[in-house]
Amino acid sequence: MFLSYFTEQPMSAYPADEGLKEGFTSVMFSNKYYDPVEGSRLFNERIEEYKLADQVGFDGIMVNEHHNAPFCMQARITVMSSILAAITENAKIVQLGNPLPTYDSPLMFAEEIAMIDMISKGRLISGIVRGAGQESVCLNANPAYNRERFNEAHDLLVKTMTDDGPFSWEGEHFQYRVVNPWARVLQKPHPRIWVPGVFSAETIRWAAQHRYPYISLNTPLHLTGELWEIYDQAARAVGYEPGPENRGYLLRVHVQKDGDKARENAREFMWMQGEFTGIGHPYWVSPSGYGSSARRLDYAKMANAEVRGSRAAPFEQQLAAREIVAGTPDEVIAELRVVLETCRPSILMLWGNDGDVNHDDSLRCIELMGTEVLPALRDIGDELGLHDPFELDSPISLALTPPDELNPIESAADERPEDTSDSRSLKMFR
Amino acid sequence: MAMQTVTTTVAGLGMREFTGGSGDPLVMLHHSFGNPGWMPIHEALAYHYTVHALDLPGYGGTDGSERPEWARHPRDLALLVGQWLRAKELGPVELVGCGFGGWVAAELATMSPELLKRLVLVGAAGLLPENGRIYDQFLVSHSNYVEAAFSSTEAFEAIYPRNGDESEEHPLGDDTLVVWDMNREMTTRVGWKPYMYNRRLRPLLGGVTIPALVVWGDNDAVVPMECAHAYVEALPDARLEIVPDCGHAVDLEAPESLAAIITGGEG
Repeated sequence: MFLSYFTEQPMSAYPADEGLKEGFTSVMFSNKYYDPVEGSRLFNERIEEYKLADQVGFDGIMVNEHHNAPFCMQARITVMSSILAAITENAKIVQLGNPLPTYDSPLMFAEEIAMIDMISKGRLISGIVRGAGQESVCLNANPAYNRERFNEAHDLLVKTMTDDGPFSWEGEHFQYRVVNPWARVLQKPHPRIWVPGVFSAETIRWAAQHRYPYISLNTPLHLTGELWEIYDQAARAVGYEPGPENRGYLLRVHVQKDGDKARENAREFMWMQGEFTGIGHPYWVSPSGYGSSARRLDYAKMANAEVRGSRAAPFEQQLAAREIVAGTPDEVIAELRVVLETCRPSILMLWGNDGDVNHDDSLRCIELMGTEVLPALRDIGDELGLHDPFELDSPISLALTPPDELNPIESAADERPEDTSDSRSLKMFR
Repeated sequence: MAMQTVTTTVAGLGMREFTGGSGDPLVMLHHSFGNPGWMPIHEALAYHYTVHALDLPGYGGTDGSERPEWARHPRDLALLVGQWLRAKELGPVELVGCGFGGWVAAELATMSPELLKRLVLVGAAGLLPENGRIYDQFLVSHSNYVEAAFSSTEAFEAIYPRNGDESEEHPLGDDTLVVWDMNREMTTRVGWKPYMYNRRLRPLLGGVTIPALVVWGDNDAVVPMECAHAYVEALPDARLEIVPDCGHAVDLEAPESLAAIITGGEG
């Protein structure tokens, strides 16, 4: 199993009552409430925690990027990746992911990824994302072309990593008279690309069609079977048999020696009313043109409904559904066994600390994960046959799979309409 | 008065209009939230003109004008309106543009003035205000934005009745919501940024020598009144008419006043 540590790096030191008064905590929630002295403290605490995660045996440290909201302090994924490249020794740097469509220069990502891969001595996993709609609003990237820009930026990124320059690029959304960065990725042909998401059928299929692992982001456990069915059908349609090596799962997990204390700290996962991307409006989270047109009516109804506040399920309910796992190491291992048996991922991201969990408790959680939880999970993974892409040395992508190993089954193509899953993810990320 | 729905193919795209009345041709271009139908303003003007209420390309829902996938700027829409006028051999016409449609009309006037007899801009976007700000629809819900185009909730509901149960979360009809969203998507495709202005428009307005009429609601909360003055200053032969107690959507909120202004008081 590939076991990774993650935290959203919350800017928890903000006046939550102001957010409650406003009714939202993203996009337009004023940064006058941002205290950079606290920001400095929090960043440096997280950096110490990452160092410990590296030392106690995590295979990876997952980082991400969001904007204009307290739920995540990382405004630039490549900045934190660069820091990890310098301060860690063993763990892979798992970018989930580079938000390609929200910037006007895919070449910038190609250069930064190459630098980070070299500095980290080949420890980079350069995941990619479309970015939620609110990131498009915050960075003013046209949301109606988000998917087109994602596809084109991906093609250019991969070509830049694999082909010698100079070449020119004349795309619909990006143009370069010269692509010839003097920074090349160390890992050949290129670092692995993973694709995270909550439950967007379009993105799940896209990942499967490229043979990139899909990392399911805290998707309710009972839905993961349906999710992998979509992935598996798309995989078979392009000619390969998917397995646990194609599957990742991110889950909120908190461990302490005292189970009650762990569960008390885990309540911090409910900070900002349990909406882990903050409270936003549907027309920010999914601006018109960003989502699938098949669910236009549902979206328009939701966007105009003016419902305020949280739609998150109560803590106890999420605990019972194993959307949050908390307890002593033994309790957590028992719960995670069920998760692994149900979801069967080979890549597990342990989202360890969030909200106002203090630095000391965060360090203890990471330590306990490293000394007790991770070894047990590796045993369970072996027992269940959950072998990750590195163990299997599985192909990096469909494009890098020898054609004679592919056996496309056309009848496997999924006829399921787009709308069901997209509307589900919209509800979660309201 | 009898009204017809006509679709004309231009550049491979079906472009829909509602048309009626008699007399010289008058073309109306709608707001970014679309034309809700054959409205009182069309009816009032149809006594004096043959009115063509055109759905801009990509607007009007699935029954409206087809979307040009390639269009990236309101100027692209202005080019298509020009091609549509030529295809129908309508010009020179009275061109009335409201809000976003006013911006498209102004762009068309700079590129093909020979197609126009007169330019009428009603709360037109297109110029960057120096002091105020054009109200950004992308930060608010569809219904909140459209309501902001009226001076009161009553005026808004007169055009968009809340035909559902008031206790429902979304009392507006499904069809309205879907068309609003399709229109907003098209506005996103051509007008995401810079939002509702073109720095290259103002310098070209000096070359538009046809008569121009600039009409503004004095309670316009969408496009600041300073933009009305900017248009009047930039256009060589323009005059300003202000409609009292009226919001941004003068065409929808005060159709009789607007018709009287356009027809020179004959309304």
